[in-house]
Amino acid sequence: MKNTAAKPDYWKHDLVPNTEHKDLNTLNLGPTHPATHGIFQNVLTLDGEVIQSAEQTIGYIHRAFEKIAERRPFYQITTLTDRMNYCSSPINNMGWHMTVEKLCGIELPKRVEYMRVIVMELARIADHLICNSVIGVDTGALTGFTYIFQQREKIYDIYEEICGARLTTNMGRIGGFERNFSDTCWARIREFVKNYPAALKEFDNLLVRNRIFMDRTINCGAFPADRALAYGFTGPNLRACGVDYDVRVADPYSGYQDFDFMVPIGQSGDTYDRFMVRDQEMKESISIIKQALDKLDKLSDKKSYTADVPEWVLPPKENVYNQMEALIWHFKIVMGETNVPMGEVYHCVEGANGELGFYLVSDGGRTPARLHFRRPCFIYYQAYPEMIKGTMLSDAILTMSSMNVIAGELDA
Amino acid sequence: MPAFTIKADRDQLTIDKLAERFGEHVAVDYKPSTDAPKVVEEVVLGDMLILSVKRPVIHDVLKFLRDELDFNFLTSLGGMHYPDRDALGLVIHLHSMRNGHRIRLKSEAPIKDPVFPTFTDLWATTNWMEREAFDFFGLTFTGHPNLKRILNMEDFPAFPLRKEYPLEDPTREDKEDTFFGR
Repeated sequence: MKNTAAKPDYWKHDLVPNTEHKDLNTLNLGPTHPATHGIFQNVLTLDGEVIQSAEQTIGYIHRAFEKIAERRPFYQITTLTDRMNYCSSPINNMGWHMTVEKLCGIELPKRVEYMRVIVMELARIADHLICNSVIGVDTGALTGFTYIFQQREKIYDIYEEICGARLTTNMGRIGGFERNFSDTCWARIREFVKNYPAALKEFDNLLVRNRIFMDRTINCGAFPADRALAYGFTGPNLRACGVDYDVRVADPYSGYQDFDFMVPIGQSGDTYDRFMVRDQEMKESISIIKQALDKLDKLSDKKSYTADVPEWVLPPKENVYNQMEALIWHFKIVMGETNVPMGEVYHCVEGANGELGFYLVSDGGRTPARLHFRRPCFIYYQAYPEMIKGTMLSDAILTMSSMNVIAGELDA
Repeated sequence: MPAFTIKADRDQLTIDKLAERFGEHVAVDYKPSTDAPKVVEEVVLGDMLILSVKRPVIHDVLKFLRDELDFNFLTSLGGMHYPDRDALGLVIHLHSMRNGHRIRLKSEAPIKDPVFPTFTDLWATTNWMEREAFDFFGLTFTGHPNLKRILNMEDFPAFPLRKEYPLEDPTREDKEDTFFGR
């Protein structure tokens, strides 16, 4: 007998035609929900527990960074960048500094480049560590999270020793760092590199070959490589699909060409592959930091922490009080009066969740004429409805947390 | 800071193929070279090949680049506002991962008629990028499946990244900002 029931009003998102006239449920996942790890909304249409379609709403914490950047001198834009991906803010900071350095043609000493590499790899570990432990939490394994999270505190202690801040670091300056790393900082980095592999091993023992975890994550949220490329995936999410694209290798920056590391890739692009790619990357990051420490030991240069660019790097404070030239430079930099060439550059770094790009257009003024952030989350999160179509609701939660979507970066 | 690796032969190949296929619709704005100095009269022109494409052929050019010249990855798409010539622009970065080659495409449209064809049929990723360009600049893309605002609220009255839109509330009188910014 033909079902003549009218379509309910909420029936708007029919990716799958409702030919059988089933009773479908609409469920609001988010905007504020403990399982979304950030503020974004998904209106799911469910057939029982199976997702038929999802409609995303984003922009809940949009802060108009691109507009604000058009009013700020170049050195003040760093604070905007670390509020994008706040799980790995130093990478964003360094990416922005490198963009301006590229525009101005500033060459950095090797020592500064390696110091940046150390900081960026620490940030990558912190980011992957949060993402992976949260995958554990969403599968019901809270224990690993509580143990490994202590290691993030160690990384934040290192940040704090370098720049005084822990979360929104505003680390470094255009042309280098604001000051040299202290002895305590070097000791903390060495201690972290020494202790972290054991902590990660403990975490791995809980999850990697855990039958329950494997059953839960393998084939959950799988995505083929061609679709991933069409959707602009980058970073661990793309590598989990089997494409070995890593900006550190493809377009090396900040001396990454001097390092020897592997780019782990997955096969099917499911949650387990994404987890494993991040897991291996953390090990590679530790190896990179070790290599950087060795290289720094071998360098004859033991004290430079900035490039020789007085128009960008603030002079020492005691000179500002006693020397006219230092006072002038200080004033010019703080007022944003440094001359910048006209031109446009695109610079990208391998952020913790993908290719983080900065497209900077300068008209020679004191602020950028236009600054566009290529935010990896914003680009790959739009594939989410396609990834979860036809899967269970609980798999959708897991897929989202394994994609490492950071609300701050999503909404800019 | 090193720029992206300059692939002079790939650049030339791209220019030649496009000239052969599209003639004067595609012009070379800037071609990086390893010999010439990068900074000419204090102007850094760019770090990669920049092509300006006439609006009617932009979709064909992108399809041609994707299918014939192996630019498999669309890195970013964003809007631009040129208040001096009352135009809106579109800036697209393409990346050929296999060749390690990046190019930048630009196209312009008058601000009264800022219409481009959609690229969602070529790359699914442009869906949200085009919505962002619409949201912030008012560029419209014909054929887009769901062209509505994405980051701003739906009844937002303006296109905020156009230059005439003030960053701060213009009615405030307690701040004197003439010394800062543009």
